[in-house]
Parts: sequence; C-alpha cells; structure tokens
Amino acid sequence: MTMKTKTSLWPPCEPSCAQSRVQSGAQLISRLALALGVAMSSGAAFAAVKDLPGGPAVNQIDLHVPVTKIGEQQVWLHNFMLIVCVVIFVAVFGVMFYSILKHRKSVGHKSANFHESVAVEIAWTVVPLLIVIAMGAMATRTVVAMKDTSNADLTIKATGFQWKWGYDYLKGEGEGIGFVSTLDVAHREMSNSGKPPPIDNYLLKVDNPLVVPVNQKIRIVTTANDVIHAWMVPSLGVKQDAIPGFVRDTWFRAERTGDFYGQCAELCGKEHAYMPIHVKVVSQPDYALWVEGKRKEMAAAADDPAKVWTLDDLVARGEKVYNANCAACHRADGKGAGPIKALDGSAIVTGDPSAQIAILLNGAANGAMPAWKQLSDTELAAVVTYTKNAWSNKTGKLVQPAELVAARK
Amino acid sequence: MSAVLDPHGQDHPHDHQHDHGHPYGWRRWLYATNHKDIGTMYLLFSFAMLMVGGVLALGIRAELFQPGLQFVNPELFNQLTTMHGLIMVFGAIMPAFVGFANWMIPLQIGAADMAFARMNNLSFWLLIPAALMLVGSFFMPGGAPAAGWTLYAPLTLQMGPSMDAGIFAMHIMGASSIMGSINIIVTILNMRAPGMTLMKMPLFCWTWLITAYLLIAVMPVLAGAITMTLTDRHFGTNFFNPAGGGDPVMYQHIFWFFGHPEVYIMILPAFGIVSAIIPAFARKRLFGYTSMVYATSSIAILSFIVWAHHMYTTGMPVTGQLFFMYATMLIAVPTGVKIFNWLATMWQGSMTFETPMLFAVGFIFVFTMGGFTGLILAMAPIDIQLQDTYYVVAHFHYVLVAGSLYGLFAGYYYWSPKWCGVMYSETRGQIHFWGSLIFFNITFFPMHFLGLAGMPRRYADYPMQFADFNMVASIGAFGFGIMQVYFFLFVVVPMMRGKGEPAPQKPWEAAEGLEWEVPSPAPWHTFENPPKLDVTATRVVG
Repeated sequence: MTMKTKTSLWPPCEPSCAQSRVQSGAQLISRLALALGVAMSSGAAFAAVKDLPGGPAVNQIDLHVPVTKIGEQQVWLHNFMLIVCVVIFVAVFGVMFYSILKHRKSVGHKSANFHESVAVEIAWTVVPLLIVIAMGAMATRTVVAMKDTSNADLTIKATGFQWKWGYDYLKGEGEGIGFVSTLDVAHREMSNSGKPPPIDNYLLKVDNPLVVPVNQKIRIVTTANDVIHAWMVPSLGVKQDAIPGFVRDTWFRAERTGDFYGQCAELCGKEHAYMPIHVKVVSQPDYALWVEGKRKEMAAAADDPAKVWTLDDLVARGEKVYNANCAACHRADGKGAGPIKALDGSAIVTGDPSAQIAILLNGAANGAMPAWKQLSDTELAAVVTYTKNAWSNKTGKLVQPAELVAARK
Repeated sequence: MSAVLDPHGQDHPHDHQHDHGHPYGWRRWLYATNHKDIGTMYLLFSFAMLMVGGVLALGIRAELFQPGLQFVNPELFNQLTTMHGLIMVFGAIMPAFVGFANWMIPLQIGAADMAFARMNNLSFWLLIPAALMLVGSFFMPGGAPAAGWTLYAPLTLQMGPSMDAGIFAMHIMGASSIMGSINIIVTILNMRAPGMTLMKMPLFCWTWLITAYLLIAVMPVLAGAITMTLTDRHFGTNFFNPAGGGDPVMYQHIFWFFGHPEVYIMILPAFGIVSAIIPAFARKRLFGYTSMVYATSSIAILSFIVWAHHMYTTGMPVTGQLFFMYATMLIAVPTGVKIFNWLATMWQGSMTFETPMLFAVGFIFVFTMGGFTGLILAMAPIDIQLQDTYYVVAHFHYVLVAGSLYGLFAGYYYWSPKWCGVMYSETRGQIHFWGSLIFFNITFFPMHFLGLAGMPRRYADYPMQFADFNMVASIGAFGFGIMQVYFFLFVVVPMMRGKGEPAPQKPWEAAEGLEWEVPSPAPWHTFENPPKLDVTATRVVG
C-alpha cells in the first residue's frame, strides 16, 4: 500500500509508482492509525519523503510487493493467514462481546450453572487442530521450494563484515568479480547529525550495489567474517543469516528489473543499522555489459605494487579506501567514538609508518580493530598515506606500496 | 493499618498467641521467612525493576521518535535494548509471578507457609546483588552488555567486562529461580490441606506447579549456555567461537531450548490468575477445569519441541523447518482450548466489570492478538519475511505486556484487598486499565506495520519511510509509562499505607478459594493447623 507523502491524507497514487497495489480497506486502517501521527508531525523536516521503489513505501503497512515467485507465495500465505485469523478473532470475540453485553449483572442476567461438556471440549480441540493442519499443509510447498537452491545460474557469496557486505561472484557469468558494498559515508554522517534531510533512500544508499541478471536463478551463499549478520531483501523474499565459520545458502529469481533494498537483520554490533543491501536487477544484455565493465575496472584497479605514487594521487586514492573501510568506526573526521581510537592527532598515525602498517596487517585491541590484510598493497599504502595527511595530521609523509610488500613478508 | 507493612496493627487474638519474638524493623525483612513478607518483597522488587526496564525502554523510544541519532549513540542504543530485555524478563516479570506464588499458594492450598522458609529468604535476597550487578554494568568500562537479550555468540565475545557481570548476574538469578521452583513444587505437593486433592486445587497453583517444573528443566540449560560463553571469553574454549572451530548456531539451539519454555514460564501463571478471576466476576464456575489442567500441561510439554522456530533464518534443513513449523502450530490448539474455556465461563454468566475483570478480559482480548501473530510467525515462509523485524517485537510485547503484565495487574487488583486490608480505588483502577490498554495499542500496534514493511529490530536509526509509525509508537510508550507510575503512586502506595475502604473478608461476591476464608488483611500467620475443608475444597468447615 502506498501513500505519496505524509502531509496529505488522501494522496492520489500515481500509476507509475512502483508499489501501486491498492487495498482500500488496508488504506483506511492505515489512515485511522496514522491520524494521530500525522497530526503530531505535520511540518516535520522529513515531510517530503516519497516511496522508495523496491524499498520501503511511506507508512507501508503490508509486505513488500514481491518480484519473485517465493515472495508472491509468502504474500499469499500471509494474506491467507491474516484473513483466517481475523475471521476467527471476530467470531470468537463477537461471541465474547455479545456475552459481555447480555450476560451482565447490571442487566439482570442470572448466571447459569453449566461448567463442563466433553463434547464441546472435543469439538474445540479437533476443529482448531484441523485448521492448523490445513495451514501447515499450505505452507509446506513453499518451504520446500525456498530451500531448493539447486541448479542455480549464478552463485554469489555474500560475506557479512562489521559493518559492510562483501560480494564474490563464484560461479556463472561474472565469475571472479568481487567487491565490497558499504553505506554511503554521507548518510552515516547525516544520521549522526541528528537531523537527516528528507531523502528517499536514507540509510539504503551503497557505493557498490549487487548487480544480477533478471529471470535467472541466483544462489546467494552467505557467510561472515566476524559475527552473525543476516542478508535480507524483502522484495526478493529472501532473508538468510550470514554465520562466521559456516556457509549457508538461499536463492531468488527476480522477475523484473529494478533496484531492491534491504538491510542487515541480525544484531551485529554498534553499526548494525548501517549496513544496507542494494540489489540491482538488470536485463541480460545490461548484465553482460556490467560484467565486462567490472572486469576492466578490476584489471585497472589491480595496481602494480611496484608503482611509485605521488603524494596527491595516493591521498586521493586513500580517501576512497578510508571511506569504504575505516570511516564506519573511525568516522570521516578521524575522531573515532567511544572505545574507537581517534586517528586525528594519533601518535601511531603521525609517527613511524611501520607501527601503523603492523596494526593494519594484524589487527589490534583483541580484534576490535580487525586485520585488513585482504586489502591490496596499494590500497593499504594509500590509506596509510591518507591518514598521515588528512585532518590535522599534515605530516607530508608518503608510504609507497613497496613498503607494504616488504612488511607482509 | 495494612498487613503488608505492619503485622501487628490489628487486634486478632489468634495472631498474638503465635507472636513469639520474630524480628522487627529492617530485620523483619532481611531475616524474613514469612511467605507473605517475602511475597511483598518480591512484588516491590519486581515493580522497581519494571520501572528501571521501563526507563530504558523510553530511552529506546525517545531515540526512535525521529530518524537520525538525537539522544544516544548506537553503542548505547544496543545497551538499552539488551538491558531492557534482560531486566524485564529476569527482573520484572519472573520475580513478580514468584511474589504472587509466595503470597497466594500457601493461602490457596491451606498451608501455613512455604515448605522451605529460609531457602525462600535466600532466593529473594539473591536477586538484589544480581540486579545491582546487572544495572551497575552500565557504569563498567565499555558500558552494559549490548549483544541483545538473547546474548548471541560470537557477538558476546566482543563485549567488555560488563558481559561477565551480566553472565554472573544471570547465574545468580537462575539459582534464585530454581530454589523458588523447588520451594513451590514441594509446597504444592506436600503441604496441601487434607481434602485439597490435586484436581481440586485452584488453577493458579496448577499453572505454577507446571511452571516450576519448566523452570527447573530449563534454567540449568541457560546456565550452561552462558557458562560456555564465559569460558569462550576467558578460558580459551571454543564452544561457540567460529575462529576456533566452534559453532555459533549451537549457542542459539541451547539458548532457545531454554528460551521457548521461558516464554511459557512467563505466561502460564498469568493463565492461572485469569482462570481465578473470570469465574469470580462471571459468578459461574470455571468451565472445563480438567481440560484447563490438561491444556496447560500440553503447552508445557510442547514448549520443549518448538525452540528452533526462533531460528528459521539460520538455514536449517528443510525437514527441520517443517518439523518446527508443524510443532509450533500445534501449540495453538491447547492455547485455543484455554481461550474457549474462559469464553464458556463468561457465557450465560452474571458478569460485573471491576478492575480485576477488566484486566482479565483485556488480557484475553489482547493476548489472543499476540497468539494469532505467533501463529503467523510460526509459518516458516512468512517468518522469512518477518524474522528480526518489528513484527516480532510487536508479537512478543502483545504476549508479554498485554499477556503477562496484564495478568499481573489483574491479580494485583483481585488479591491486593486481601494483602492490604483495604480496597483499591475503583475509579483509579479503571483509569489505569483504560489508559494502559489504549497506550499499549498505540505503542505496539503500529509495530506490526513496521515489521511487515521490513524495518529490522534493534536499529538505532531507520529509513525515513518508517518515521510516522515510529513517532506514534514513541508517543504511546511514554503514555504507557506514565500510566504505570500512576498505578504505583495512586493505587499501590495508598493501599500500602492502609488508605481506602476496609476490605471485607471476601470482597468479590462469587470468588472461590481458601484465600477468602481468612480475614482481610490476611494475618501474618494463617492455617497454622491444617483446616478441615468441605467437599469442593473451597471452604473451611472447621
């Protein structure tokens, strides 16, 4: 169900809006439930927020519009269950409220004397039993289908990190592609500011979306690097925990192109709310183009560790690495937060590079600062150089990738 | 004066005879062995914890009032959600029911006291250091535990020293619960007055008997899980630490093997309270007493084979998902039987709606909504959408707040005239009921929508589209909190000070049971000699 903006109670739902399934009864309930909230918040800063196609709609009250068969079955099952439950609820409490109205002392009703009946007890044991058996039977087919991850066209590994997602294309077209997907640093800053501007994809914008072809069976293999995360995309009908040390899988086959959003769904530490998922479903030709482009990009990024960089180039490169990997904890301003150490003004950062390189390669503080040896020599050299020259750390020091090569040995 | 605070304020010669130099002043409470005094302390303790947990909840709701971080940082937010859960479950709801058990079980079965009076004292006083340590963990380096009340590994391995304090506190509370349970079981099985057969016992005693067995069965399981967490943290073991070959999912299996019976531990005694109140105010005997006993037992047994429905998204094999889905849905059957029995009790009754009845009917109404969302969540394909979203938060608050807490309120209004010797103010009770009911629904009903729309729980900040419902929920939460402060200041405190109309021995026309056979307030010692009961075991005949 969709509402265009929160300022208008009766907005027209444009035909173009992605989630245009209209359920007038549901809309009415939503409006009643919202009357208080809207009255309280009219004129709030985020009044201009619109629905995010493939993500949440403003004041959405139902499941996402599914783009997979499994998702459709989930929605069907939910509607079915909701109707059955509401019918039973209304019937049972209709009887109860009738009784409350009629069988009260104040209207002179005298209490009857019955207090048991084996036949009635058997009836209201057996009938609900049959109902739940029917419900279970309805769901069984979908459970079996959900768990069937065989014969995938494309297998992608999603790795949960504190706090970002790593994607590796394991099998199928695009095999060998791998990248990390992080929340846009600006969004994290907006959250900290306490007054985020009204943007539709607030906290859902990532630097590198996961790109997959339409109408193909995509198997997502999940694991994690540190603690348990969960890979969830409601429109695709998928949620799968990503468990460190273990490999689990799930699958989806998107039936139309578009952008679909989700978030981490298992508490994974302080930045739990800041590791969104963005799946871009594209047509087969577009996918082939994307694979080709990504391959070239990766080849270009596969820097020669022997290259000698200038300070400016390396700082510019390092800022990107920093924002993608470090800013979640150490903050874009390098000031850290709570137990997270500040880098701005830190003696380790401004001093001899070997100590800083050792921490980057091996981690520190019992793993609270993880090891970053999975980054390339050039990336590590760039980020070291960046931190030595950013903020108030104007040391002018330059660390070349060759020093990392040496340090790794 | 009230028996709750002063056992000598009334002239009851019987009472004086047996007054052989028991301690006064603070010693009366610290050395307490009287089940009524210990029950009172349990109830006051649990209300204090309800307030602490409530303040944490309001911290959460204040932060979620608008998108963006305004009041707390994400670390502190996770501490608030974790500690809110732990304090409400282990500090508020569970001890409150033990308080009711202490006060009412000896009175209901015609026993002089609990079986093990000094162990009773210990099981209460253990709670105080545990609670201080739990709450004090906020002031430890790195703050309070922030891994969620479920304390999932391996996130617990990243926590600071407060995690160890939290584990120790839960060990102590677990020991307290086990001792309390042993006491309750022995009391019920050995100390019933002659003629009080098991199948004539009030349902509150029945539900507590079953609950006590559940507690003894599962508290050691929790102790095992958190002990393994402790040794993983400090002694180099790798039960749950994947870096050393451990299995984090095993933690979840062990935790929920405790955790699912735990939710029935928190609701079964409330079923017992409601089963006492509905017949009293419908002026009609409880319908299907026997089937109520069997239904409660079935729920308890089934609760041991459904734990993994909390874990559908961990990636169980298909047969595992199907088994736990079917088993979970089966629980709807005995639960339904209980609802139908209450309904049949009301049917053709002669009902009045004093505050205890309002809370009991409110309990059935709102708890059933939580039951239905539970049925929906039991369906594995739907749960894949709803797991770890606000739908789950809505569901368990419908069963734990509108279920357990409303059951406790109903019981308070029903039995407090017996405890305090004065009646509560009916107007204030009704204000408390309607205020709580309305604000409860304003708080938690919108959370169903948030969950369906995919808002994950335990999020310090959220996409803009979720803003309105969060704002509504936050407003409701503050209203709900104010209603509970009102309850304490304007209902409980006056009663404890003995203000109000004197309560008759049996304030409710059709109430049944031995607790109404003793004066109000209940004297400090009751049933010192086993009473002779009539054939229904509800009246003392000599």
